[in-house]
Amino acid sequence: MRDSILQVRDIHKSFGALKASDGITLDLKPGEIHALIGPNGAGKSTLIKQIAGGLKPDSGSVTFEGHEITGLSTAQRARLGLGRTFQISALPMGYTVLENAVLGAVGQSGSVFRFFKPAMKDPVLLGRARDALQRVGLDGLEDTITAELSHGQRRQLEVAVALTLAPKAFLMDEPMAGMGAEGSKELTGFLRALKTQAPILLVEHDMDAVFALADRISVLVYGKIIATGSVDDIRTNKDVREAYLGEEDTA
Amino acid sequence: MDLLLLIEQILNGLQFGVMLFLMAAGLTLIFGVMGLINLAHGSLFMIGAFAAAAVAGWTGSFLLALIASLAAAAMVGALVEITVIRRLYDREHLDQVLATFALILIFSEGTRWIFGSFPLFLDIPAWLKGTISLPGGIQYSLYRLTIIGIGLVVAVGLFLLISKTRVGMRIRAGENDREMIGALGVDISALYTLVFALGAALAGLSGALVGAIQSVEVGMGEPVLILAFVVIVIGGIGSIKGALAGAILVGLTDTLGRTLLPVIFGAFMEPSAATTVGSALASMLIYILMAGVLIFRPTGLFGRA
Amino acid sequence: MMRERHLNMIILALLVLVPAYALWADEPFTITLATRAVIFALAGVGLNLALGQGGLVSFGHAAYFGMGGYAMGILASHAQSYTPIMESPFLIEGTNSMPVIWLVAIITSALLALLIGALSLRTSGVYFIMVTLAFGQMFYYFTISWPAYGGEDGLSIYVRNQFPGLNTLDPIQFYGICFVILCLVLFLVNRLNKSPFGLALMGAHQNEERAVTVGINVNRLRLVAFVISGAITGLAGALFADLNRFVSPTMFSWQISGEIMIFIILGGVARLFGPVVGAALFILLEHVLGGLSEYWFVYLGAILLFVVLFAKGGIIGQLSKKESGHEG
Repeated sequence: MRDSILQVRDIHKSFGALKASDGITLDLKPGEIHALIGPNGAGKSTLIKQIAGGLKPDSGSVTFEGHEITGLSTAQRARLGLGRTFQISALPMGYTVLENAVLGAVGQSGSVFRFFKPAMKDPVLLGRARDALQRVGLDGLEDTITAELSHGQRRQLEVAVALTLAPKAFLMDEPMAGMGAEGSKELTGFLRALKTQAPILLVEHDMDAVFALADRISVLVYGKIIATGSVDDIRTNKDVREAYLGEEDTA
Repeated sequence: MDLLLLIEQILNGLQFGVMLFLMAAGLTLIFGVMGLINLAHGSLFMIGAFAAAAVAGWTGSFLLALIASLAAAAMVGALVEITVIRRLYDREHLDQVLATFALILIFSEGTRWIFGSFPLFLDIPAWLKGTISLPGGIQYSLYRLTIIGIGLVVAVGLFLLISKTRVGMRIRAGENDREMIGALGVDISALYTLVFALGAALAGLSGALVGAIQSVEVGMGEPVLILAFVVIVIGGIGSIKGALAGAILVGLTDTLGRTLLPVIFGAFMEPSAATTVGSALASMLIYILMAGVLIFRPTGLFGRA
Repeated sequence: MMRERHLNMIILALLVLVPAYALWADEPFTITLATRAVIFALAGVGLNLALGQGGLVSFGHAAYFGMGGYAMGILASHAQSYTPIMESPFLIEGTNSMPVIWLVAIITSALLALLIGALSLRTSGVYFIMVTLAFGQMFYYFTISWPAYGGEDGLSIYVRNQFPGLNTLDPIQFYGICFVILCLVLFLVNRLNKSPFGLALMGAHQNEERAVTVGINVNRLRLVAFVISGAITGLAGALFADLNRFVSPTMFSWQISGEIMIFIILGGVARLFGPVVGAALFILLEHVLGGLSEYWFVYLGAILLFVVLFAKGGIIGQLSKKESGHEG
C-alpha cells in the first residue's frame, strides 16, 4: 500500500463545551476518492477548515506529503498543492472565466509580486489557465464574465481554478450541491477521471454521488469518525445505520 | 507632582471620558444594530450644541437648552435616518462612509449658513458654577462633576434599557438576527429609526454639555467623532460595555498624558525641551494606545473575536 | 456610448488644451487651477489603488499627503535658512532640488504607509476605516503640537524649489512638471493593474477566500498595495506644498482624506482615470459654485450624496456605461 498524501492525526478542536473535532484521524491515499459524510452539525466544516487552513486544531496534526502543515496558513497550504473548491462558489464574479483561471495560475506560480508584465499576456500563466479550462470543458467560455455563468459552470470553474494549482490533493466541499441531475452525472464522471491525477477528499450530501464515486467513506458524527471503509462496509455498518440513517431518512 | 492636582486631572479625564462615551455609545449601538458606520454622528453632536446655545440664549434656561439639544439631535437624527441613512443599510461600508461624509458637509455648511462663522457661547448656569469640596479637601468644578454624573446615569440607563426592557430585547435581537425579528412581526424600520434617534440624542446631549466648557462652533463634532472611533476600536465594536471602558481609558490617558508626560520628561531633560517633547508625545498617546490594542487584541478589549 | 479608453484620451487632451488655452489667453490663474487639479488627481490615483483596486477604504490618506508636504517643507526650509537638518551621527542638509524632495517624499510616505498599513490591516471593514482615520488625525495633532516646523501656523517657503533646466516659478512650466508626473504615474498604475499583482489585488477584493485558496498571501499583497498607494499620495503632497509654497497641519486633516476620497467617487471607483476626472470636477465645482456661494460645500455634499445613492460608477461610469472598471 502506498503512503498517504494527506494525513490527519488525532485532531481535537473545541468551541467552549462543544467538541467539534474529538480525536479525528483520517487519511487520503493516492488515486482514491475518500468521501466524508455525516449529519448536519457533525463537524465537517470544522474539520475541513483545519485541513485547508484557517482554523488551528487544539491538538493533533495535519501532514501533507510528509510535511507537517498544522501551523501553515491557508495560502501556504495552497502553494504546497492543496486544491480546494467551495460549497458556495467563491469566485471573483467580475472577472472573466479566463481571468479567474489566470488568478489561480498567478497564485500557484508565486508571481504575485510582479508589477509590470501584463498577466493576461503571460504565456506561462495563460497556458496553465487554458489547460485547466479545457479539462473542465469551459474553454469556449473564456471571455464570459463569471457572474453570467450557470450554477454548474461555476462549479466547473471552481474545479478549473483548483486545477491551475497542479494540486497534489483536492479538498471538495459539496461540489454537487445545487446541481441538476444531468450536471451531477457529468461531474461524477469528471471527478472519477480526476482522481487519477490527484486524490480527492470529498465532503458531500448527495448520497447517490457518494456511493457511486467513493473508494472509501468516513462517517463523522458529533466530532468523531464512527466508521471508515468501502461503500459496502459503510452500507452494512450497524453503527452507521443507527447514528446516521436514524437522523436522515435517505437510505 | 501635587497629589491634589493629580486627582483633579483624573476627574478631568473621567469627565472627558464620559463625554466620549455619550458619543461612542450611539455610534456603537448604530453599528451593532444596523451595521452602519455613521460619520455624521459628529454633526449631531454639533447640532445638539447649537440647539442648546440658541435656546439658552433665547430663554436663559440651561435645562431647557439641554432638552432642546436632545430633542433637536433626535429629530434631525430621525429625519436623516428616514430620508438618507435607511438607504445605506444594505450598502457597502464605502458608500456609508461617503454618504455620511456628504451629510457632514451639508450639516456643517448649513449650520454656518444659519448661525454664521463666529462661535456661539453657552454659559454654565449659575447653579452649576463654582467648585465643590470633595473629600480630602479637593476643590472641583461642580459643572464637570455634573457631566460625570449625567454620563454615568446615561450609562446605567443604557444598560437597563438594553438588558431589561422590551425595546432593548428587540435591539439585541436585531443585533443577532435581522431577518428573524422582521419575521416575528417587529416593525424593523421603526426600530431602526428609534435606535438612530437615540444615538443622535446622546450625541446631541454630549455636544450641549461640552458646549458650555468650549465654544460652540462649526467643525466641533468631527475631532470628537474621531476620538469616539478610537474609543470603539479600543473597546470593541457593538459593545456598550466596551464603549464605556474604552471611553474612560481614552479620557484618562489623554488628560493624564498631557499633564504627566512633560513632568516625566522634565526629570531628564531641560524644562522647555521636556514641555515640547512631552506635549507632542501626549498628543499622540491615545493613538499609540490604539496601536497597542490593535497589536494585542485586534477586535478590541470587549470585542467578539 | 463611448469606450472608456476613448474617454481617457479626451481627458488627457483636455489636460493639455485647457492650460495651453490659458497660456494663450494669458490667464495664469486658470493654469494654477489646472495644476491643483492635476496634483489632486495624483493624490486620488494613489488612494484609488488601495481603495478602488484593493478595496481598502482608507480614510487617512491625508497622512501621506501631509507627509509628502512636510518632506518638502522641512527640506526646503533648511535649504532656505542654510541650516542642516541634523549634524550627528551624520550630516543631513536641506535641499531645494525637486527630484531629491520627491524621492524623500516618496520614501517617507511609503515608510509611514508601511507602519500604518501593517497596524490597520490587522483589522478589516469598519474597523479599518476608523483606524486609518484615527492615525491620520494623530499626525494632524502631532504637527500642531511640534513647534520646530511652525506648529499650527505651518511653514512658508519663499521660493519654489528647483528643477534642472526649468523655471519652476513660471506657472505653465510647473504645470508641465506636475502633468508629466501624473502621466507617468498613470502609466505605471495601468501596468500595475494589469500585472499579476493587480489581478491578484482586485481578485482578493472581489473574493478574499478565493485568493487565499490559490496560494496568495492576501495580507502581504494588500500591504504592498497600501504602501505604493501611500507613496503616490505622498508625492502629490510634495507637489501640492510646492504649488502653495506653504505647508501646514491642515494637509494632515481628515477633510483632506475625505476630499481625496471625493475625487475618486465623483470620477468612478477603481477606474484608472476616475480620480483625474473627479479632481478636475472638484476644482471646477469649487470655482463655479464657490463663486456663487460662500457655502458651496452644501452643494458639494448634495452632489456627493446623489452620486453615492443613485449614480454609482461616477462620471466615467455614466459616460462609458461599463459596470466594472478593472480592465482599465
